[in-house]
Amino acid sequence: MRLLECSNVNMSYDNIQAVKDLSFYVDQGDYLCIVGENGSGKTTLVKGLLGLMAPDSGRISYIGIKKNEIGYLPQKTAVQKDFPASVMEVVLSGCLNRDRFKLFYTKRDRIIALENMERLAISGLAGKSFMDLSEGQRQRVLLARALCSAKRLILLDEPMTSLDPVATADLYELIASLNRECDMTVIMVTHDVSTALKYAGKVLHMKNSPLFFGSSREYAATEIGKKMLGADIDD
Amino acid sequence: MIDMIRTFISYSFLLRALVVGVLVALCSALLGVCLVLKRYSMIGDGLSHVAFGALSVSLALGFSPLQVAIPVVMLAAFLLLRLSANGKIKGDAAIAIISSSSLAIGVITTSLSKGMNLDVFHYMFGSILAMSSSDVYISVALSVVVIVLFIVFYNKIFAVTFDELFAKATGINTGLHNMLIALLTAATIVVGMRIMGALLISSLIIFPALTSMRIGKSFRFVILCSSIVSVICFAAGMAISYGFSIPAGASVVVTNLAVFLVFNALRLIKRKA
Repeated sequence: MRLLECSNVNMSYDNIQAVKDLSFYVDQGDYLCIVGENGSGKTTLVKGLLGLMAPDSGRISYIGIKKNEIGYLPQKTAVQKDFPASVMEVVLSGCLNRDRFKLFYTKRDRIIALENMERLAISGLAGKSFMDLSEGQRQRVLLARALCSAKRLILLDEPMTSLDPVATADLYELIASLNRECDMTVIMVTHDVSTALKYAGKVLHMKNSPLFFGSSREYAATEIGKKMLGADIDD
Repeated sequence: MIDMIRTFISYSFLLRALVVGVLVALCSALLGVCLVLKRYSMIGDGLSHVAFGALSVSLALGFSPLQVAIPVVMLAAFLLLRLSANGKIKGDAAIAIISSSSLAIGVITTSLSKGMNLDVFHYMFGSILAMSSSDVYISVALSVVVIVLFIVFYNKIFAVTFDELFAKATGINTGLHNMLIALLTAATIVVGMRIMGALLISSLIIFPALTSMRIGKSFRFVILCSSIVSVICFAAGMAISYGFSIPAGASVVVTNLAVFLVFNALRLIKRKA
């Protein structure tokens, strides 16, 4: 079943055309990686998908979900490290989109928050302060918050930045299991092409306009795919 | 002690100042946590200068001070947020421009009309005699509105303060909530500066928040702790000002400073332990 479809989308900011004639789609259960260099329009596309920025032309259509029901894990810079907040407070704030006029949390919200913390094995952290956590734990907390607001789709923007190798591997496994076992559709923006390809079923390679969109197996066989994977190994 | 409380209650101007002051202390504690966390601390300072300008002008023209100052300061709060959001002028620079300009306009207006008199001194450093009984009604009503709105929007305010981008993605109108915070701050400042003075009111907003963030681990704790600290410091400051015959605003600020230093020490001890 189709969840999301972009057709001939053009987007720009400050008179720079960041996304050019982009078409792709996401089906239920997909694991899509969006790759590309800095300045290739990935962040602008993320804003477009979340409905924070309107495309200049073209259409982004959502089927069976609303744009505010995408569970979003922002890039690391967006969240303050020294903010006094308990883990429970952070995770619960993901439930605020369930009703536009929601002002207070219900018992059901608390159950949803606890379930998602259970899923990510962070139930023990509920009463802890967000600022006392390790980077890896923080990402899990923010992922739990994203799951609270997600109906079927999560959108992760560079989730592995600043994680150590062990935490990175853990988070990849966790996301893969959410995708496999909970039928959660995943869109991940990433730099780390070689690892991402191990888990992702589909790839969208952008350089403002799409250079490749298709399955990751096909991608690995293309010239550009080989180059990206080769460049990664050289590093 | 009992004697002091008895005399305190028997003077109606003291009682008025205490009632309004406690409410303002509560409002500024609530909003202060958001402003400090959003790195908007300087907005409080800027708006208090705008309030000074507005009060001087309304005094010179013979209008009732609060009724002019409240809308003007709210407008300034609105403009300040707009300016920083557009990114044309950086937020801190915008505040500096607006605050010093309104201070200058206030000073010029006063010197042209009556010359620097006691009223202006009171607006600068605060006076517990400044409140008329109609001022008290407006102040109490505004404070209650601020507290009720803060409680009603508490969860959304948390979301917007913690992670604006995520809040926006979940469909919260972050611009509207930022504006709400700025307007509530404007109201609190106008009401509070009668007692605290234009030059001291911003400390009422920043101190309790910073103090409770020394030891607080959760947002709710910081909000509650900040409210309690703020109200206690205000009451203690008033008592000290009465006991030693010193200006109320200054004495509240110094009390806040003392508590801030104590909390800092507590944090150091906790870290070492």
